[in-house]
Amino acid sequence: MAESVKERPKHLNLFEIKQPLPALMSILHRVSGAGLFLMLPLLIWLFGLSLRSSESFEAFKATVGHPVVKLVLLGLLWAYLHHFCMGIRILLIDIHVGVEKAPARASALAVLVVSLALTVILGAKLW
Amino acid sequence: MVTRTVVGARYGLKDWLAQRITASIMAIYTVVMAVLLLGRDGGYEGWRAIMSTGAVRFFTFLFIVSLCYHAWVGVRDIWMDYVKPVSTRLLLHVLTLLVLVGYAGWAVQIIWRL
Repeated sequence: MAESVKERPKHLNLFEIKQPLPALMSILHRVSGAGLFLMLPLLIWLFGLSLRSSESFEAFKATVGHPVVKLVLLGLLWAYLHHFCMGIRILLIDIHVGVEKAPARASALAVLVVSLALTVILGAKLW
Repeated sequence: MVTRTVVGARYGLKDWLAQRITASIMAIYTVVMAVLLLGRDGGYEGWRAIMSTGAVRFFTFLFIVSLCYHAWVGVRDIWMDYVKPVSTRLLLHVLTLLVLVGYAGWAVQIIWRL
């Protein structure tokens, strides 16, 4: 009476399995980093425009005042802040702070909340 | 026979450490610059004055170099995870490296001209 080998559920479809919060934050760390990399030319161009002369500074202000650019920059602000907060979390885990499951989940939530809150606060202040 | 897998780049502890060091430099720079910049008005003269200070230029240069090195390691990891054909991966690695070196030069000349 050989007991049949238990069929373990295999949910490797990323759209079906429920990812724990730290995994989602980790994915967002990658997504935000990739987004920042792709938008680097825009950011460097704006940086140069803002510093070259007082005339180019006016052009810079007009450019960042455009609604579409504003929206893109707000997205990049979030990407930067998320990448920043998640980076701090990774550095802390590297030095063995918050490695256990409960604090790791709490800090992942903190990354999500703090980066979104900072995006709202800084976004409101800058515009 | 030893099977060698061509990955297109060396990686490991050195890059892991570089990623942490460059991240720390950028994090400190970000906080210091946020404190310096957020309390002031939005005019051109003040912005230019802050950015042309010797110390700020020095640390902005460090930030730019850190950013490009950090982006190189991060983007290369993305290619290594998702792009399997060696030739495509190598091409993407080289293109990433080239644009990042170009970006670094572009950004540095902006602060160097001040």
